[in-house]
Amino acid sequence: MTTTAAPAVGSALPRVDGLDKVTGRARYAFEHTPRDALYAAPVQATIARGEVDRVDATEALRRPGVVAVVWHANAPRLAPADDAELAVLQSPRVAYRGQYVAVVLAETPHEAREAARLLHVEYTAEPHDVELRADHPKMYRPAQVNAGYATDEEHGDPDAALAAAPVVVDATYTTPAEHNNPMEPHATVAEWHSGGLVLHDSTQGASALRRTLAALFGMPPEQVRVIARHVGGGFGSKGRAHPHVVLAALAAKQVGRPVKLAVTRQQMFAVTGYRTPTVQRVRLGAEPDGRLAAIVHEAFEQSSTIAEFAEQTTVPTRMMYAAPHRRTCHRLVRLDVPTPSWMRAPGETPGMFALESAMDELAAACGVDPVELRVRNEPATDPATGLPFSSRNLVACLREGARRFGWAGRDPRPGVRREGRLLVGTGVAASTYPAYRAPSAASVTAGPDGDFVVRIAATDIGTGARTALTQIAADALGTAPGRVRLEIGDSDLPRATVAGGSMGTASWGTAVVRACHALVAELDRHAGRVPAGGLTAEADTGEEIRGQEKLARHAFGAQFAEVAVDADTGETRVRRLLGVFAAGRIINPVTARSQFLGGMTMGLSMALLEESVMDREFGDYLNHDLAQYHLAAHADVPDVQACWVAEDDPHLNPMGSKGIGEIGIVGTAAAIANAVHHATGVRVRDLPIRLERLLEHLP
Amino acid sequence: MRPFTYVRPGDAAEAVAAAAAPDAAYLGGGTNLVDLMRLGVATPGTLVDVTRVAGDEIEELPGGEVRVGAAVRNADLAGHPLIRRRYPMLAQAVVAGASGQIRNMATVAGNLLQRTRCPYFQDVTKPCNKRNPGSGCPARDGEHRDLAVLGHSAACVATHPSDMAVAMAALGAVVHVAGADGPRALPLPGLHRLPGDHPERDTLLRPGDLITAVDLPVLPMAARSRYRKVRDRASFAFAVVSVAAALEVDHGSGGPVVRDCRLALGGVAHTPWRAEAAETALRGGPATEEAFARAAGAELAAARPLPGNAFKVPLARNLIVRTLAGLVEGSS
Ligand SMILES: Cc1cc2nc3c(=O)[nH]c(=O)nc-3n(C[C@H](O)[C@H](O)[C@H](O)COP(=O)(O)OP(=O)(O)OC[C@H]3O[C@@H](n4cnc5c(N)ncnc54)[C@H](O)[C@@H]3O)c2cc1C
Ligand code: SF4
Repeated sequence: MTTTAAPAVGSALPRVDGLDKVTGRARYAFEHTPRDALYAAPVQATIARGEVDRVDATEALRRPGVVAVVWHANAPRLAPADDAELAVLQSPRVAYRGQYVAVVLAETPHEAREAARLLHVEYTAEPHDVELRADHPKMYRPAQVNAGYATDEEHGDPDAALAAAPVVVDATYTTPAEHNNPMEPHATVAEWHSGGLVLHDSTQGASALRRTLAALFGMPPEQVRVIARHVGGGFGSKGRAHPHVVLAALAAKQVGRPVKLAVTRQQMFAVTGYRTPTVQRVRLGAEPDGRLAAIVHEAFEQSSTIAEFAEQTTVPTRMMYAAPHRRTCHRLVRLDVPTPSWMRAPGETPGMFALESAMDELAAACGVDPVELRVRNEPATDPATGLPFSSRNLVACLREGARRFGWAGRDPRPGVRREGRLLVGTGVAASTYPAYRAPSAASVTAGPDGDFVVRIAATDIGTGARTALTQIAADALGTAPGRVRLEIGDSDLPRATVAGGSMGTASWGTAVVRACHALVAELDRHAGRVPAGGLTAEADTGEEIRGQEKLARHAFGAQFAEVAVDADTGETRVRRLLGVFAAGRIINPVTARSQFLGGMTMGLSMALLEESVMDREFGDYLNHDLAQYHLAAHADVPDVQACWVAEDDPHLNPMGSKGIGEIGIVGTAAAIANAVHHATGVRVRDLPIRLERLLEHLP
Repeated sequence: MRPFTYVRPGDAAEAVAAAAAPDAAYLGGGTNLVDLMRLGVATPGTLVDVTRVAGDEIEELPGGEVRVGAAVRNADLAGHPLIRRRYPMLAQAVVAGASGQIRNMATVAGNLLQRTRCPYFQDVTKPCNKRNPGSGCPARDGEHRDLAVLGHSAACVATHPSDMAVAMAALGAVVHVAGADGPRALPLPGLHRLPGDHPERDTLLRPGDLITAVDLPVLPMAARSRYRKVRDRASFAFAVVSVAAALEVDHGSGGPVVRDCRLALGGVAHTPWRAEAAETALRGGPATEEAFARAAGAELAAARPLPGNAFKVPLARNLIVRTLAGLVEGSS
């Protein structure tokens, strides 16, 4: 076995699949075309609530190339689904506008689409309710919120503490619905063989998707194979099965031919999930020096009538700051809307916009510098659980960020810095995200030629996971990255957790390291000689992770923003954005920086632009394409910097890493909103910060 | 999308003849029409590609006017030295629109005739008087943040989305048309019409009319003109409100006086909006911010904003004042 001088982990190894991607050799789901494949054009409900009475396919079926029209009356039956979203074409009920009610299958995509346009679907519509309001009479308390957190949580006597506090901030913030919009829209190619079902799918988790599909079609999981070698982004929207996957498999089963289904950008606004809008009331009670006595954070959010998706919006507030009295809770209302789902840092992203805006309001109310205010409220142990932190370097991030940004000597007065017709200001906010791990398995094989193949059903959704795992394996094997080949993105490989919750690398990396170490021990037993057939070792981290020490494990960060607001028009542009993160050991500085920058850019986009507009009359997200749903363009993102402080945390995983995929978006919007306040004196509590929210109030 | 026939005529006359087919449409760069075909909003049976026959040159006419061929690409228009030197607001307006890729494809005629971005118009599952006359206008009680505050009707509150057309309206450009009954000329902003009871008609063109060229008049003051576009993001977004302005100022002892001016607004109406009331108020008056604000007020007195776009009125006022003030500063 060779030993390398420098460890691969921590080095800027170029993406191992970079060349494949830029040359087009990397194949994405829809680029697979089984022989005899048909193309699917899904048809979406044009009512927000009611029933499908009839589908008249006469005209559609007359079109050239059209093979079949499938709807609830002729669709194959599925086993009952845990997730009612996936009971596709199983009943006449329509639960939201845009829900799939039929699918047309044709020899070419154009024929399928044109026939879908000509399909006549008759409905009985019922009145719908699509408007989220905090005082909605149907608000209820879900049994728990996502990731298994308690719905409500209370410490001490927050009401009494608020009543007694010398300084109180009481403000309501809103965040709109937002759609993930990964670069590659969702796509599925489904093919039935005698042995079962094969799916090429753009998914964040092949193993999980296999289980879901197997259950729906009443098969053992081994008879379903999900392949996702390359995925063009997901941001959570490909973390679980959405209806199109089921629709493709169902349609293929019905016609006995493979089916290709590409979800259009427009359809994504109804069927592949989005971030719930939120209404959040935050109350902070503090001493005049800014020390918190009480925090109360209440969130009001929506889900569809068919599935309970309860975003854990106030959960980060449970562990951010030391306050003896605290209450956090969530209320949900089930509306006739599409089902929300995960979007980059679900919970933390909307929740920290509210909390970190409120902290800025408190800083202003107390006359305390906002960096200093956060330092003053730094807890010694996790306020939520009382557990020690495995590491917590928020203060180091704030201090380092302040230094790099040039925060010292900042004039706290709002609305006083002018450059010509521009009003200029700066703001800060904290970031956080939990460092989770989930059980995974991996195997590694040594070949007689000295090369290694690592197998794990992980997914690289563009983050660089394939590269990071190559580095991790190389070090664990004591070899050079060039000798390690990764096989990922296939549910036939050892079962792995989803690329989500910022836990991919930590979870998969643990399994890979354990498998590699087992192989090294095995090789030692063979005196370093690999038998002709190769040598394989496996590992499963279930036990290790279930038995891990109880600690509060979180990554932290601090973000600083400078904005310029046009005093005549209210147009806000970000000039500078700096993020400093403490996220354990950084495995690859290049791919890590991309994750932080990508998250921050998405946070900038959230702050200023992103909003899915619910059309009250028709009940759908109206601005359902990228010309109408604005994401930040290049010109909006002039100067974004990300860096990190060294953090040595032995309580995480063999790599010492924390997840970095999501933390970058957490806090960005608050930092920008706080900077807008500093620039203009106007506190915008409703995202996005569009010019009409400022215009009439500018100095 | 609906299957269609594609024809590429050899000259303008052939194009006009080909367009006599009942459901024919001219095809420029296709950046708007093809999108609308994919959405099912436009369903032409024949596409007559006019990118090779509608004129692709920019030339100076003997009288000093500049003639722009209707098939000139937006990018070529914005980059042309004559345009940049004599009509900077036009070059700025074109560059402020869409993206580099789209400007490379889009043609002058296509840009003038691009259709509204009203979200309901683009969604065939919803009613819309412009797309489907008589079906109703959901924008009025629904989402109309980006729609009109001036000149709209009960039937339609859509805006014309073009930036280029706003600058051309300010310049008083003349659109040349070849039709079944021979050539005609329509001066901007007279090409476009207000919605009234017929929002399905964006312009005064007749079926089969082919735009062949746009003439830009001799207008020395346009050499110091400006296009300022307010948009939600820094690029690749339609105007929330925009203004094209040219100003000629006399710097006398009594302070600067407006000798002549041109002013047009975008993002506020069914047409590029020539601000004639403001122009009248400005001419001969002092070139001061107070006078500019009064002129803006004169123009915007006619505004009838809806609840979701009332902010456009103060926005347009501020924009007029600031843009004119900027031109005065630049002139002294
Ligand atoms: C994402 C996006 C963003 C955009 N942003 C902006 C923006 O910010 N500002 C802006 O101004 N525009 C913007 N645009 C619109 C763009 O400017 C137009 O799509 C473009 O100018 C249309 O030109 P075209 O040649 O492609 O027209 P086409 O799509 O080919 O045609 C448009 C119409 O003109 C007709 N037509 C074409 N040529 C002739 C002719 N010679 N005679 C008669 N009729 C003719 C066609 O029949 C059709 O009805 C944007 C477009 C997109 C897709
Ligand atoms: S404003 Fe005009 S284009 Fe929009 S929905 Fe109403 S009629 Fe249609």
